[in-house]
Amino acid sequence: MSQRTVREVAKPNENEKMEDIRTPFSEFWRKFKKQKTAIVAALFICLFFITAIIGPYIVPYDVAEPDYDHILEGPSSKHWFGTDAYGRDIFSRVIVGARISLAVGLSSVLVGAILGSILGLISGYYGGWIDNVIMRIADVLFAFPGIILAIGIIAILGPGLYNVVFAVAIFSTPMFARIVRGSTLAIKETVYVEAAKSIGTKDKRIMFKHILPGTFSGIIVYFTMRIGTSILTASSLSFLGMGAQPPTPEWGAMLSSGRDYLGVASHITFFPGMAIFVTVLAFNLLGDGLRDALDPKIDN
Amino acid sequence: MDKKILEIKNLKTYFFTDNGIVKAVDGVDIHVNEGETLGIVGESGSGKSVTSLSIMGLLNDTSGKVVDGKIEFQGRNLVDLKEEDMRKIRGNDIAMIFQEPMTSLNPVLRIGKQISEAIRLHLKYDKARAKEHTIEMLKLVGIPRAENIYSEFPFQLSGGMRQRVMIAMAMACNPKLLIADEPTTALDVTIQAQILDLMKKLKKDVGTAIMFVTHDLGVVAEMCDRVVVMYAGRVVERGDVYQIFENPKHPYTKGLLKSVPVLRQKVERLASIPGNVPSPKNMPKGCKFAPRCKNVFDKCWEEEPPFYNVEENHSSKCWLCE
Amino acid sequence: MLNYTIRRVLGVIPTLILISIFVFLFIHLIPGDPARIVAGEDATAADVELIREELGLNRPLYVQYITYMKGILHGDLGTSLKTKKPVLEEIKNRFVPTLTLTLFSIFWSVIFGLLIGIISAVNRGKWQDYTGMFAAVSGISLPSFWLGLMLVQIFSVKLGWLPTGGYGTFKHFILPSMTLGAGVAAIIARFARSSVMDILKEDYVRTARAKGLIQKVVVWRHVFRNALIPIVTMVGLQFGFLLGGSVVIETVFSWPGMGSLLIDSVAFRDYPMIQSEILIFSLQFIIINLIVDLLYAVLNPEISYR
Repeated sequence: MSQRTVREVAKPNENEKMEDIRTPFSEFWRKFKKQKTAIVAALFICLFFITAIIGPYIVPYDVAEPDYDHILEGPSSKHWFGTDAYGRDIFSRVIVGARISLAVGLSSVLVGAILGSILGLISGYYGGWIDNVIMRIADVLFAFPGIILAIGIIAILGPGLYNVVFAVAIFSTPMFARIVRGSTLAIKETVYVEAAKSIGTKDKRIMFKHILPGTFSGIIVYFTMRIGTSILTASSLSFLGMGAQPPTPEWGAMLSSGRDYLGVASHITFFPGMAIFVTVLAFNLLGDGLRDALDPKIDN
Repeated sequence: MDKKILEIKNLKTYFFTDNGIVKAVDGVDIHVNEGETLGIVGESGSGKSVTSLSIMGLLNDTSGKVVDGKIEFQGRNLVDLKEEDMRKIRGNDIAMIFQEPMTSLNPVLRIGKQISEAIRLHLKYDKARAKEHTIEMLKLVGIPRAENIYSEFPFQLSGGMRQRVMIAMAMACNPKLLIADEPTTALDVTIQAQILDLMKKLKKDVGTAIMFVTHDLGVVAEMCDRVVVMYAGRVVERGDVYQIFENPKHPYTKGLLKSVPVLRQKVERLASIPGNVPSPKNMPKGCKFAPRCKNVFDKCWEEEPPFYNVEENHSSKCWLCE
Repeated sequence: MLNYTIRRVLGVIPTLILISIFVFLFIHLIPGDPARIVAGEDATAADVELIREELGLNRPLYVQYITYMKGILHGDLGTSLKTKKPVLEEIKNRFVPTLTLTLFSIFWSVIFGLLIGIISAVNRGKWQDYTGMFAAVSGISLPSFWLGLMLVQIFSVKLGWLPTGGYGTFKHFILPSMTLGAGVAAIIARFARSSVMDILKEDYVRTARAKGLIQKVVVWRHVFRNALIPIVTMVGLQFGFLLGGSVVIETVFSWPGMGSLLIDSVAFRDYPMIQSEILIFSLQFIIINLIVDLLYAVLNPEISYR
């Protein structure tokens, strides 16, 4: 008796206007455009992309050519960020370094996302012992603190940027696997997947055509945030001398070579570090904004 | 003459959301007399829960706000009260029990602590005396092994037992008014009956006025002296329980009553009111019930009806009563 | 509770075995001949063979694994290629500095992180929230090595208040632990904010308010205790982050711990050393998480009283 309320199936209301109909994207956009910080971050990231592409062609100084007449000079109108121990223009080097950071960040997360998504799909879709094995290995990868895992991999492969990309990708993989597995488990139970199965669609097709797109919104948020983390980790590895080697204008490596001059020329360390910070911050803020905009629970 | 303990005048509680303003309660007048049980009935979305939260001043965590009207309790307007003064009334003079006994108790605190903290706060008892009083309250609401339950955690109790704990907690400081928001909805039928019996007994023994919010007319018939029927943020009919059940005037009330199954009466199918409570965006201009009303005529669409007295203490907001 | 404890402890075993296999395989994943690496560049072919025999590298993998495990259980982690001393002896002196640094860092970062998170959640949408959360997102975006160097620049070089590096007195702890803990404090603050906001929506918080309790009591007695349950798990996971961070921080501050040892070992290709370091880092992480799991049960009466 208590559950008997006076409701019946809702009839579509005739005066429902067209503008009330919301697609997932317009819903996302409605929420996203309200987040001022995320939009600023997105604009900054666009700028960062442009810098990464055209940077090397517009910088005022050669990034590798030493200029022994102007070493360790502080910021000036000629050298906005000052010069390093070889007299090279730090501003130019930071600009050119954007390309390296972006390439490393983007490619390592992409590799991690692809590997992780495939593993997560298989794990969630098939379940059983495959799921057990994959998730166990993911757990163990989690058990290694990320950067230590990366150092271990570099100890095997030797230092260098490519190996850094690989190492960072490996430790992004388990998280993507978990996210995709979670969504896969949920989507697997939906009617349209059941329907696809019942008409004999092949597993591979169901997984990639029907399930994978449904996991994207979870992946996008993590992907964005992960780029920031990856740039951070990669620059840490370069700082430790395991990634990019001098004289490459990689931000972490630049910082490392500026260490010895901390007392006399702190700008050598300050500006590349600032560049890392601002870039990572932008990706994290954008990630936060995307998460809030894609989260159906948040509506305020 | 009955003495009014609570009088709500023209209460308007609006929610300010991204999608615009939701007028959850829009001009409600309700009063509760000393010692009586008032039933507030309506579908979900009719504004009955929001009304009770407005009385308690518990809208802080939501986007809701009382924008107009008065809530007079013992001569004081609760709407204007400072949070500090409101706190002294909350849990002390006015207490509330909620729908979900399973989630309304803090899972990490012992039962005794959760009841005695209100006692210590309002009655200013010391620790030992508060414990004594708590155990007394637990016994009063019919909890066996009260001393043991005192130091147990909520997860160790059943739903019915938890609702008894909630009642003990609410009654602990001898409130003048108890607001019960669907207190039995989440419970099994047999437990429901027990809890209702308990509330009746407490009301008789202690004399607390009860505002009983529910969508369940069966419960209303059993518990209440007077009834207020709410629809789309408004009161549409009010009267004493016999008047409402014997002689309903508003088509909505009639519809509600028809949708209640009656024992020993063979019906093909229970009647139901077609349609839904209108969404805030599509609120009709005139009578808010017009789109679902069987007896609707032109005037209903144009103008909202006022209250018409149909008999003593019984009024209905419908043009048919003109 | 006893049951739960036993289950948790037993649950760690498969992870331990998997990790030991990974770590064992580590030395075999290095391109090239391990015996040649151990023997050194200018060893003769006979020397290499001798070492291969000595280390048992010519035996089947599973036999090698069993030998390796037996060694570990007897405290034999191999011999450092650099110093020719037992690895265990080298690591022994490095263990305590890293552990104290990480514990010190986690201690302050948990306190600060929780405070910021709770204040932000309670004042949702107000300036406290925006300030706290902007500080937090900055905290997770800061390159720790840069933060460390900047702190040295300010507090050691410019002001001369604190040492630039090294290990010894309490003063030596301040800058490294600030640097190491900043990121973790930020992560905890963000997480604490969202857990507290979730708890604030709970029915029992409304019940607490309906009792007329003041905000402070509602937050600290009713919300905080419940929010702590997920936060404790989070803190456990952050310990791994700290262990990783210690590698970078120890290099910045010349801290004589496991992290700087790992970097030296990688530079020298001291494989037995790297292998054992990774093993110990993982063990530490697993043990901390086990402790966290048990703490989780203590905080959660539904587990500890069943």
